Amino acid sequence: MQRVQGLGRSGAAGSAAPPVPELPAVPPMTAPELREVYRLMSSVRRLDEAAVAWQRQGILPAYAPLLGQEAAQVGSAFAVDRERDFLFPTYREAGVARTLGVDMVEYMSTHRATWHGGLWDAAEHRLAPIQAVVAGSVLHAVGWAHGQRLAAASPGDPQDPVGGLGVAVAYLGDGASSQGDVHEAMNIAAVFAAPVVFFVQNNGWAISVPTERQVAGGSVAARGAGYGMPALRIDGNDAEAVVSATRRALAYARAGRGPVIVEAVTYRRGPHSTADDPGRYRTLDDERRDAGADPLERLRARLLGEGLANEAFVAECDAAAAAEAEAVREGVLALGPRPGAEMFDLVFAEPTEELLRQKAQWRKESEHG
Amino acid sequence: MAEAMAPATRELSLQQALNLALSELLAEDPKVLVFGEDVGALGGVFRVTDGLAAKHGSERVFDTPLAESSILGLAIGLAMAGFRPVPEVQFDGFAYPAMSQIVTQLGRMHYRSRGALRMPVTLRVPSFGGIRAPENHGESLEAVFAHVPGLKVACPADPQQAYTLLKAAVRSDDPVIFMEPKSRYWQKGAVVTESADWAGARVARVGRHLTLVAWGAMVARCLQVAELATEDGVDVEVVDLRWLKPIDTESLAASVGKTRRAVVVHEAPLTAGLGAEVAQRITERCFGTLRAPVERVTGFDVPYPSGDLEDEYIPSIDRILFGIQRVLEYRRG
Repeated sequence: MQRVQGLGRSGAAGSAAPPVPELPAVPPMTAPELREVYRLMSSVRRLDEAAVAWQRQGILPAYAPLLGQEAAQVGSAFAVDRERDFLFPTYREAGVARTLGVDMVEYMSTHRATWHGGLWDAAEHRLAPIQAVVAGSVLHAVGWAHGQRLAAASPGDPQDPVGGLGVAVAYLGDGASSQGDVHEAMNIAAVFAAPVVFFVQNNGWAISVPTERQVAGGSVAARGAGYGMPALRIDGNDAEAVVSATRRALAYARAGRGPVIVEAVTYRRGPHSTADDPGRYRTLDDERRDAGADPLERLRARLLGEGLANEAFVAECDAAAAAEAEAVREGVLALGPRPGAEMFDLVFAEPTEELLRQKAQWRKESEHG
Repeated sequence: MAEAMAPATRELSLQQALNLALSELLAEDPKVLVFGEDVGALGGVFRVTDGLAAKHGSERVFDTPLAESSILGLAIGLAMAGFRPVPEVQFDGFAYPAMSQIVTQLGRMHYRSRGALRMPVTLRVPSFGGIRAPENHGESLEAVFAHVPGLKVACPADPQQAYTLLKAAVRSDDPVIFMEPKSRYWQKGAVVTESADWAGARVARVGRHLTLVAWGAMVARCLQVAELATEDGVDVEVVDLRWLKPIDTESLAASVGKTRRAVVVHEAPLTAGLGAEVAQRITERCFGTLRAPVERVTGFDVPYPSGDLEDEYIPSIDRILFGIQRVLEYRRG
């Protein structure tokens, strides 16, 4: 950066910004870990492709496919501590949910138009409800993370700050990075040294608008320097790169050193949603040129090539994924609508007379009451 | 013995009553957090949080960067982490940059999460006009807030209500928008600190001939009007709505059922203002006994004006008296 010298308050030349700190190193992944990530990615790939088919069959009104982002989603969620971290998804995080062990029927319920946020217990699974507002949850992650610092600092609190803080993982995309709330979130997280990992899936497209028309400078990670925040820009289609980068970021945040950006560069191989038509803004040749190698195939080739797994393991993963997708399909078909009374009952923790009156009237006048 | 049982009464300004309530809330519940722009060392631009950081620690009473969406986003995330946040936006108009977080997030998180994530957030908003402030520092947003599902809206009129309603709002497990009438911050009054009277509306003055419905700074003005009306032999009842959502329809119906006439007074613009909602509720419940349509005396459908013109905009004593006159002189068909 070119530096222009000016006079500081004391009349001396202004000092340069302090260097952005280094992230701690982490050990390489073990073979069982790599196999587990492959198993999860196989499951997510199958479920995601199945969900697109379910939309075409009329089972789901709409779905947002994650095809091509399996390594980014599974890898990042695989790295977290499921006992104390908390994750804030967008509307395209089926791979994150599956990796955390969320019931995928409860996850798909949002796409079935059963319940906007999904049916899983957000507090129990430490995964916030699905967020339809682009960048809507990023500030919540900072608030939750600041709470971890406050809880650790409270006198008499048994939580040991030396043992580490719970870390919030905020998922966002290249499109969301244009939202003002993302700037606010990164700024305030850095000011408060909140334990947050901003996990950016830069998948090349915000519906129809490519990253170069969306992200000035071309990189969300590059903004980290402005916030004094470490940032990693990684190959988001390399599962081990994702797991390792997320682990390094988590370790830094957990130690109370502050937030980190991880920008996983990946590619949205499918449409934005099942209602989208990518042919209007990119060609198949563009896709073939830009998508790069498939993340699932890359990991499979590595496992087989390095002797970390055999064909039987791959076949077993495929079979398990197929059976799981079929079970989820049956579960989704059996969901049925929620009782209409939930429209009223779930608005407040302490319901108002007014809402009870409206509910009573609805019961009287609706055949579903 | 009887004296020992008597509730403690103190003479406090509205701003001091809020400060006392916040301090007691911070003391009673370690999960309560107070934050916003300049609420720490400065004590807030209206000094409502004066001394709280020193007394309760700068971790529980803290300054945020100058970013209202952040203040609301932090509050939501902190509530998800089990805290009981009491954020402040410095002026009413500063709620606009936070509106997406208020509408799309705060009001819906409990619902969206099926009750797994509670939102015991009380957003303090210094509100309304009357202090010759800059543009967007004199807004009356109650109808905007009240229209958002999942929010409750409270508005104190005097030091007692400020103390009591803030305690109730912060102890509630639901999000409450707490609209403080900034022109009344320095008005003093008796505060009974053990008051349990926080629910619904309250009759601020008993009368027989007509009901004035108001909230915030308009309550004191309506009480002045009521005294003046006695000179013409008109006995006015004043209902302080207190909770702008949910609205206490029963209290409105009880008062207007008795007086058979009603005027609703607010600073906000007329069209789609909360006065329309109040008037409709009164009409639904009292149609058979009403002697005249419910009258509204409000601000106008214009941007809130500069200080030189704000007395022309805010319902004046004269305009309220004219409203009363219109109702009293109304003749059918």
